Amino acid sequence: MAHATQETAVRTNVVVRALIYTGLLFFAGYYLVPLYVMLVNSVKPLDEIRQGDMMSLPALFTLDPWYSAWSTAQIGVQPTGLKPYFINSIVMVVPAVAISTLLGALNGYVLTKWRFRGDGIVFGLLLFACFIPFQIVLIPMARLLGLVGLAGSVSGLVLVHVVYGLGFTTLFFRNYYDAFPTELIRAAQIDGAGFFRIFWRILLPSSGPIIVVTVIWQFTNIWNDFLFGVSFSDVDSQPVTVALNNLVSSSTGVKEYNVHFAGAVLAALPTLIVYIVSGRYFVRGLMAGAVKG
Amino acid sequence: MAFLEISDLYKRFGAVDALKGINLAVEEGGFLVLVGPSGCGKSTLLNTIAGLESITSGEIRINDRAVNNLHPSQRDIAMVFQSYALYPNMTVAQNIAFGMEMRGVPRAEREKAVAEVAKTLQISHLLDRKPSQLSGGQRQRVAMGRALVRNPQVFLFDEPLSNLDAKLRVDMRTEIKRLHQAMKTTIVYVTHDQIEAMTLATQIAVLRDGVLQQFGTPHEIYNNPANIFVADFMGSPAMNLIPARIEANGGGVAVVMTRDGSEPLQLKVADGKLSAHAGRDVIFGLRPEAITDLSGADRTSPRVVNAECHVEVVEPAGADTYVVTRLGGREVIGRMRSDMHVAPHSTVPFAFNMDKAVFFDPESELRIA
Ligand SMILES: Nc1ncnc2c1ncn2[C@@H]1O[C@H](COP(=O)(O)OP(=O)(O)OP(=O)(O)O)[C@@H](O)[C@H]1O
Ligand SMILES: [Mg+2]
Repeated sequence: MAHATQETAVRTNVVVRALIYTGLLFFAGYYLVPLYVMLVNSVKPLDEIRQGDMMSLPALFTLDPWYSAWSTAQIGVQPTGLKPYFINSIVMVVPAVAISTLLGALNGYVLTKWRFRGDGIVFGLLLFACFIPFQIVLIPMARLLGLVGLAGSVSGLVLVHVVYGLGFTTLFFRNYYDAFPTELIRAAQIDGAGFFRIFWRILLPSSGPIIVVTVIWQFTNIWNDFLFGVSFSDVDSQPVTVALNNLVSSSTGVKEYNVHFAGAVLAALPTLIVYIVSGRYFVRGLMAGAVKG
Repeated sequence: MAFLEISDLYKRFGAVDALKGINLAVEEGGFLVLVGPSGCGKSTLLNTIAGLESITSGEIRINDRAVNNLHPSQRDIAMVFQSYALYPNMTVAQNIAFGMEMRGVPRAEREKAVAEVAKTLQISHLLDRKPSQLSGGQRQRVAMGRALVRNPQVFLFDEPLSNLDAKLRVDMRTEIKRLHQAMKTTIVYVTHDQIEAMTLATQIAVLRDGVLQQFGTPHEIYNNPANIFVADFMGSPAMNLIPARIEANGGGVAVVMTRDGSEPLQLKVADGKLSAHAGRDVIFGLRPEAITDLSGADRTSPRVVNAECHVEVVEPAGADTYVVTRLGGREVIGRMRSDMHVAPHSTVPFAFNMDKAVFFDPESELRIA
């Protein structure tokens, strides 16, 4: 009797599992199709695409579109490819992520462990930054960048992204450090560690998960940003997102779809890599924040 | 001049007065235990001594030096926290050495000091582990090690044993006592547990709502409580506190308590001080161990009064049997020998050791005799 029910249980379990996996596979496929289309068409000669079948595998495999997208395609007036803009993006995203993460961590540290009168209001105002739509700040920000002499430069973009990201990074770190035992800070104070030493030696080494979450969040947001990039950059400081747009929408000559596809994959590659490398930590970090620090 | 002196200490958190005029003085090598109910200000007082909380007014002196405005690291104190507060990212050895590292002690010297302390606390085999790989008792030892290695003028402990299981707590209590006797360093120790307080302290301070209720040796606190709160707080089971009346009785005075279903119980007391209160209501306090069976009564006491009382409940507790009767409308617990076979709802003779009796004013709750 007991044996029979157990068997039924196992069988229903199998059926349920099959259904779940079918569903998951369907959705995975659904999300992977665009990537497939991009990859497949980026290694076809243009003629083959013109013949109309977007889904078929390449008859003639070529890496020329990639080469072209990277270093020879016409973007704006110069045939430079995406390369210089890709470098612009990296030069922008690395300091912007590093600075906004570090400042967020410092803010979180002060807001939870060195509380002061009115700290709640300061935090509230910082949070407010998370809810301001990008478009609203465009004009004041342009004016500000002009005033400090950073208009049209990569440094200007770094500043904009740091300022805009601070709300989120502060929120992440504040919530994480809120659960961090205050007694540890006190013990370190008695041991003679000062404000920054406590931060470097005690708090930061214990912040792995939330650093990963913040870095991924900031990296994808800043790398993928288009609006600030297009609004505040000059020809020689444009990030790759803007360059990609210029590549795709340049009106001269024929539309080189294979080059566009290759360029799009190139532009998306860094965020993809960041996700693949640290996605596991991302989920773990989000959990750590949600349940208990 | 006392070693640790706290005078007129006030601490205010916004609208909350956490400490209201605390005065304490501990001799060098003393073991002061702070007890009181939750939220009475024990941790706050300890933190002000450590310098982790600023004070609103008053003065704290350690070894004749005012430390009010000194940073915690400069007060020459070490603290053991309830949660142990071990740095999770460092090994046990690094945890113990962190303070020395901050003070710029050379590496060789640090290692030597860590090894020494680890040996005293028997944690040498744990030095390379992270705190997360330790049991509660081991973490406790490491936390003590971190304090010991500083060799401070004053140790501060905030409920260091409250996260341990009952058996380990008793072991560590003995160990702390042993360490204190070996080092003779002044200690201030916070606990909820009044048995811990009685066993460890050379002096106990009982706090309530930020006000010091009584400050004295464990013996004084236990036998001569200054008010009803202290009497009730210290001791387990708690002191019997019985509403009663003082009446003139022949040459002396007697304390009279009402009883259900029989005439009031009169117990003779000879204290001259009480005669001033004749005809007035008082709270009569007597600890369970002063209410016994006849043969269990203290033979050396000159003033044991016997009386028959009705037994409501009998609670055997191994070594003793607690017998509950009712006087003045309150449950009164007596402690009898376990081989006394007392039946519930019977009437048996009780011996009241009136030598141990204390009396309080029911209005002010203060001790009157
Ligand atoms: N940072 C703070 N801000 C406001 N009020 C506080 C703060 N710290 C403590 N208090 C208040 O001060 C009073 C004393 O707190 P304290 O932590 O000293 O109690 P305690 O005796 O240690 O209690 P427990 O036995 O529960 O640890 C409490 O009423 C508490 O709410
Ligand atoms: Mg406390």
